[in-house]
Amino acid sequence: MKLILALIRRDLTLGMRQGGGVGTALGFFLTVVVLLPIGIGPDQALLARIAPGALWISLLLSVLLSADRIFQQDYEDGSLDIMTMGPVPFEMVALAKAVAHWLSTSLPLAVAAPLLGFLVNLEPAAILPLAVAMVLGSIALSLIAAIGAAVTVGLRRGGLLVSILVLPLYVPVLIFGLSASQPGAAPGLTAASLLILGAITLVSLVVSPLASAAALRSYLT
Amino acid sequence: MQFLANPTRFLKIANAVLPYVWAITIVLFAIGLYGALVTAPPDYQQGETVRIMYVHVPAAWMALFVYTVMALASAAALIFRHPLADVAAKTAAPIGAVFCFLALATGSLWGKPMWGAWWVWDARLTSMFVLMLLYIGYMAIWAAIEEPHRAAMVARVVALVGFINIPIVKFSVDWWNSLHQPASVFRMGGPTIAWPMLWPLLVMGLAYTFLFLALHLTSMRAEIAARKIRQIQIAEIGER
Amino acid sequence: MELNAKDLTCERGGRIVFRDVSLALAPGQLMQLTGPNGSGKSSLLRLIAGLNEAQTGSVQLTGGSEDLTIGQQAHYVAHQEPVKSALTVEENLAFWRDFLGGGDVDEALDAFDLSRLASYPAGLLSAGQKRRLALARIVLVPRVLWLLDEPTVGLDTASLERLVRVMATQLDGGGMIIAATHVPLGREPDQRLELGRAP
Repeated sequence: MKLILALIRRDLTLGMRQGGGVGTALGFFLTVVVLLPIGIGPDQALLARIAPGALWISLLLSVLLSADRIFQQDYEDGSLDIMTMGPVPFEMVALAKAVAHWLSTSLPLAVAAPLLGFLVNLEPAAILPLAVAMVLGSIALSLIAAIGAAVTVGLRRGGLLVSILVLPLYVPVLIFGLSASQPGAAPGLTAASLLILGAITLVSLVVSPLASAAALRSYLT
Repeated sequence: MQFLANPTRFLKIANAVLPYVWAITIVLFAIGLYGALVTAPPDYQQGETVRIMYVHVPAAWMALFVYTVMALASAAALIFRHPLADVAAKTAAPIGAVFCFLALATGSLWGKPMWGAWWVWDARLTSMFVLMLLYIGYMAIWAAIEEPHRAAMVARVVALVGFINIPIVKFSVDWWNSLHQPASVFRMGGPTIAWPMLWPLLVMGLAYTFLFLALHLTSMRAEIAARKIRQIQIAEIGER
Repeated sequence: MELNAKDLTCERGGRIVFRDVSLALAPGQLMQLTGPNGSGKSSLLRLIAGLNEAQTGSVQLTGGSEDLTIGQQAHYVAHQEPVKSALTVEENLAFWRDFLGGGDVDEALDAFDLSRLASYPAGLLSAGQKRRLALARIVLVPRVLWLLDEPTVGLDTASLERLVRVMATQLDGGGMIIAATHVPLGREPDQRLELGRAP
C-alpha cells in the first residue's frame, strides 16, 4: 500500500511539474465548449437544453485525450520494466497510475466543468447534480482511458486509435451520467442512474487493471 | 481443442469439410430465400418491405454471434496460448464487421419506408452501431501493431474488454431510448410472429451461420498460409 | 542459492534469436555475456528478469524466496534510463526506494558520486551522470541477482572504477551478476557465455 501511494505521489508530482497536465486538459475542455455555441448558434434556450450533454461530451474528450500520458513516458524510459519487478502485482501498478490520472486530471475537470456551464447557459439548478454525476463518472472515465492508453502504448501514432477503442466504452458512462444529471428529473430516476453509474465504475475498477496490465505486458516482451 | 490446435491437422480437416459447408450454405440460402421472397405473406401493415427482415435480422444475429466467437477465441488464446485461437479471432472480425454493416445498411433501408428517415436513433440500431465501432477498433489494433505476436496479445485484451462492454451498452442504450424516444416507433412483433414468416427467418439464420463457417474456415486457411510465408521469408533472410 | 537456466529458446517476431542456451551461476560469481549484435544478449537478460517469455526452457533461482519471482529478486539495468527529468536526483532514487522496498538513498548517491547533485533536477544531468543515477538504483535496494545490459556505456574512468567497486561488493556479499558487455569489467569474470549468431 505504501509503495502504491509512493507511485501515485510520484505521478502527481510529475504531472504538476511537467505542466501540460490538467491545465492543457482544461484548455481543451474550454475549446470544445466554445465551439458548440459557434457550431449550433447562440440560441439561449437551445443551449440550456443541450448544456449537460455538451459538458459531458467535452469532459469525455478531455479525459480521453489526456490519457496517453498515463503510461507513455514510463514505457519509453524503461520505468515500466522495473515496475514489473517490484514487490506488488503489476495490476496494482496499472491501477495506481489510473488513480493518479483521475486525481490529477479527471477529478479537477469534473469539478470545474459544471462551474463553467454558464458558458452554455446551464441552469443553476443543474450544477449540483451535474457535479455529483461527473465526479462519480470521471472515475470510470479515467479507468477506461487507462485501458486505451495501455493498449496503444507502444504505437507511435496511437491517438486516433485510442479514440476508436475508448469512445464506444464511454457510451454507458455518458448515458447514465447524463440521466443522473437532469435537473428536473424525478429523484428516483437520478438515484437509479447514480447507482448504475456506480456499478459501471466498479466494473471498470476490476476490468481496467487486469486489461491494462495484460496489454502493457505484451508491449514489454 | 487440443486435437484441433495443430495447424496441419486443422488444415486437413478444414480442407475436407469446406466443400460440404459451402454446399449446405447454398442449399439453405435457396430454401430460405424461396421462403422469404415467395411463400411468406406480405405484412398487413408494412406490405412487401417486411421482406428486408429476412436479410436484416439474421445479419444482426450474426454480428453478435461472430463477436461472441471472437471473444471466446480470444479467451482460449489467453488461457491455452495457442496461436490458432488468435488466428480464429483475427479472421472472424472482418466477417462479423460485414454482417454488422449489412444489419445497419438494411436497417437503414427498412427505416426509410417505416420511419420516413434513413436513420433513426432507435435502441437496436444504436447498439448495433456501437458494435460496429468495436469491430473497427479490434481490426484497427491488428492493423496498427506490426509484430504479429504482440498484436495477438493486445488484440485479445481489446476483444475481451469489448465483449464485457456489449451487454452494458445494450442495457444503457435501451435505458436511454426509453427516456428519449416516443412510443410511436415501430417494434418488430417479438414471439407473436406467424409461422409462415418465422420458418424462412430461421432457415435464413441457419444459412448465415453456415456462410460464416465457410468464410471463416477459408479465411483462417488464408491466414495460416500468410503466416507460413512470413516464416519462410524470415528463415531465408536469416540464412543470408 | 543458484541460478539455473535450461535449454532456453527465444523467439522474436517469428525469428529464433537463440536456441538451447543453458547456464548455471553460483553465489559470488560474475558472468560476462558476449556475442554480436542481434545474438540475443538483451533478450536473454530480459528473459531471466521475467520480462520476456521463453519459447522453451525454464529459469530457476534455487534457494531463493519461494513467494517471489526471479524478477522480484533481481535488478535489471537496460539501455534506457528510468530517470524522470522533472524530479530531482534524490527524488528519483527516493521513489525507487519506496517502490522497490527499503534502502539508503544517501549511500547509493555516494556510491556513484552523486551526492553533490542530489537536489538538482535530473533533467539537467549529462548523459554519463544520468547513467550513474540509473546504476545507483541497484545499490539502493539489495537484491541477489544483477542483470546488467551494457552497464559501462557512457561512463568515464572514475565512474567505471566505482561500478567495479560496487560490483565487487555485490559479489563478495554472495550476490550474482550477469553483465552483457564487451568491455573488460575490471575483474576476471568467473564465467563467459558467448551467444552465437542466430541459427
